[in-house]
Amino acid sequence: MNKNLKEQVLRSSGVNVLKCMRCGKCSATCPSYDEMEYHPHQFVYMVEKGDIETLMKSESIYKCLTCFACVDRCPRGVEPARVVEAVRLAAVRQQGGNRLEPSDIPALLDEDLPQQAIVTAMRKYAK
Amino acid sequence: MQRIGVFVCHCGTNIAATVDVKAVAEALGHEPGVVISQEYQYMCSESGQELVKNAIKEQKLTGVVICSCSPRMHENTFRKAAASAGLNPYLVEIANIREQCSWIHKDIATATEKAIILGRTAVAKVHLNTPLTSMESPVVKRALVIGGGIAGIQTALDIAEAGFDVDIVEKNPTIGGKMAQIDKTFPTLDCAACILTPKMVEASQNERITIHSFSEVADVKGFVGNFTVKIKKKARFVDETKCTGCGLCTEKCPMKKVPNEFNMGLDNRSAIYIPFAQAVPKVATIDPNYCMMMKSGKCGVCSKVCSAGAIDYKQQDTFIEQQYGAIVVATGFNPIKLDKYDEFAYNQCPDVVTSLELERLMNAAGPNGGTLLRPSDKSHPHTIVFVQCVGSRCDDEKGKPYCSKICCMYTAKHAMLIREKYPDTEVYVFYIDVRTPGKNFDEFYRRAVEQYNVHYIKGMVGKVTPKSDGKIDVQASDLLAGEQLHINADMVVLAAAIEPDKTARPLATMLTTQMDTNDFFTEAHPKLRPVESATAGIFLSGACQGPKDIPETVAQASAAAAKAIGLLCKNSITCNPCVAHSDELMCNGCSSCEKVCPYGAITYVDKEFRMPDRSTKVRRVASVNPAVCQGCGACTVACPSGAMDLSGFSNSQIMAEVDAICK
Repeated sequence: MNKNLKEQVLRSSGVNVLKCMRCGKCSATCPSYDEMEYHPHQFVYMVEKGDIETLMKSESIYKCLTCFACVDRCPRGVEPARVVEAVRLAAVRQQGGNRLEPSDIPALLDEDLPQQAIVTAMRKYAK
Repeated sequence: MQRIGVFVCHCGTNIAATVDVKAVAEALGHEPGVVISQEYQYMCSESGQELVKNAIKEQKLTGVVICSCSPRMHENTFRKAAASAGLNPYLVEIANIREQCSWIHKDIATATEKAIILGRTAVAKVHLNTPLTSMESPVVKRALVIGGGIAGIQTALDIAEAGFDVDIVEKNPTIGGKMAQIDKTFPTLDCAACILTPKMVEASQNERITIHSFSEVADVKGFVGNFTVKIKKKARFVDETKCTGCGLCTEKCPMKKVPNEFNMGLDNRSAIYIPFAQAVPKVATIDPNYCMMMKSGKCGVCSKVCSAGAIDYKQQDTFIEQQYGAIVVATGFNPIKLDKYDEFAYNQCPDVVTSLELERLMNAAGPNGGTLLRPSDKSHPHTIVFVQCVGSRCDDEKGKPYCSKICCMYTAKHAMLIREKYPDTEVYVFYIDVRTPGKNFDEFYRRAVEQYNVHYIKGMVGKVTPKSDGKIDVQASDLLAGEQLHINADMVVLAAAIEPDKTARPLATMLTTQMDTNDFFTEAHPKLRPVESATAGIFLSGACQGPKDIPETVAQASAAAAKAIGLLCKNSITCNPCVAHSDELMCNGCSSCEKVCPYGAITYVDKEFRMPDRSTKVRRVASVNPAVCQGCGACTVACPSGAMDLSGFSNSQIMAEVDAICK
């Protein structure tokens, strides 16, 4: 367990994961459920356990649509989407760790891709 | 010359571990007027009290200061001890050196210093204490029960059985409450109506019980043993004394499109109605919002068909005033409104119902005559999903933070009854935790799973979507299997949280009783006085104090009755002599005290006074009724001229205490 990472995720999300009563309503309402390896309720629980590196490595952090259905419907006000975002930030903000290298882009391009999407991807993921 | 005795208690190590009790006794021994200062391990023990009594006799004490725990704990103990040694009990003062000193300080030097100051303060006060004598106040031998559900009915029956008159005030046209709407009861599955209606009849036939149905409490004055209550009897436009309950008017009434509240609005009733067949009193009531005669003046059918001549379209609200010795609150509960839970589609889809609505759908006297049919198309449902904890255990504004306690069990009951009656129906229950503490409760739940094969799934429902083919898509978590489920359901049943009735809050204000943040009445002590409110003479019965099932409600109802009977048995009660009194020469007649008095103890009288020039003058002055005054002291603070004073807590005593602290 990486204590510093857990501390960072808790602080940047502002979420008290101990409020969770394990009802699973977040995952029940999640539209991206089938796309995700780890589901919203697992994010909350794994952050509580401090198992954050596993989440950071998972594609799940990029599958959250930030639709906030889980935030709206959580009976305990835990706000799982903020936890997912905090873990994603922990992953993308690692020093030297770029999700997307500019040299990768030509291979990913296809002609239907709008110009704006490329710019957005660079803005989002490149340092 | 005052002769004061100081007694410092160790309270085992509770005080002695943090306060140097010997130093306290030594220091207080030097205070003016103190002739004896002692410490002892347990002052409240038999031998500790002996010490005090002996000192009173031997030293001829005129005042006693006990440095010990809070006066709430043992003030009475020491007052009694002093009285038995021949000293007026109101010459005893307590210095609280436990809760307000040893328990909250860690440093011995600081705590000891504070204990000495607190002791010195009490000594300063006792110098000015005067002997007080308690008055007796008579007890009216009649009880009022507010609310006519199973809690109120049980309390009233028990009080009546003990030989006292009881009035039940019920806001609805009939008594019976929520239990009358329930089909079967857990964990025995006996029929609710079969066990409730005999009690309703018993209450109506008992000569000691008067039922004021369709009535509300409008005003409460007075105090324990002597409450004056104004009851508003709402106009039902039918003369209760004449109506025979034949029901002909309800049959003939042409306005039949009124949502039937007894069936949770799932069917309609007529504008003149009797809520259900076993209603008590069985008297018709006209709903003025729907009655065509009342609205347009064109109809009058009920009046024509009534052979008893009971219909009175011009009836007005009436008020009655009655004295009571004790009041029992039994205002009960309601399921919360589910408007804010869009995800469950309650407002969109008629086949998404609450559990109380399901009770009516399954009841033989319900809208479908006891056959479970979907409200939308009256078809037989084959897949039913139950959702637990809707609005319970929530940490947001939409729901309630507490567990509603009864939902786990009634959901198991519903699931079991459906599987029993319609074995071709699949029943799913989504739960967070199944809570079944209670006699035969867990066995009951296990029966639902093992014998009736109800599918219990650990997880919550996230989204309910009505589909165009009439089915309902239920999207939910199955946490143990680690998957998101979609169930193609015919009906969804929501176990809505329960909340106290809305009438409870204004009632609490009238009764000057306390409520918690959820509007449940607060008991005097959470463990040791669970059926009394903190206001003397007001008792709590049933779900108005917290969520409860029927056996618990009945148990509490009987307990509240026992407490009320204990009060009504007494011919008189001893009043607190620490009451306000007004110095008529100083009173300027401004009415400030009358306005702040929460008990209505202050009245103004015109009195003749002799003036310095030997003339007489009539002046308006305050007069306190000592039997009504509770000694709260609000008037002494409000009085601008310093005419109001409180015996036992006089302005001079309080100033002496302040001086002693600041010395």
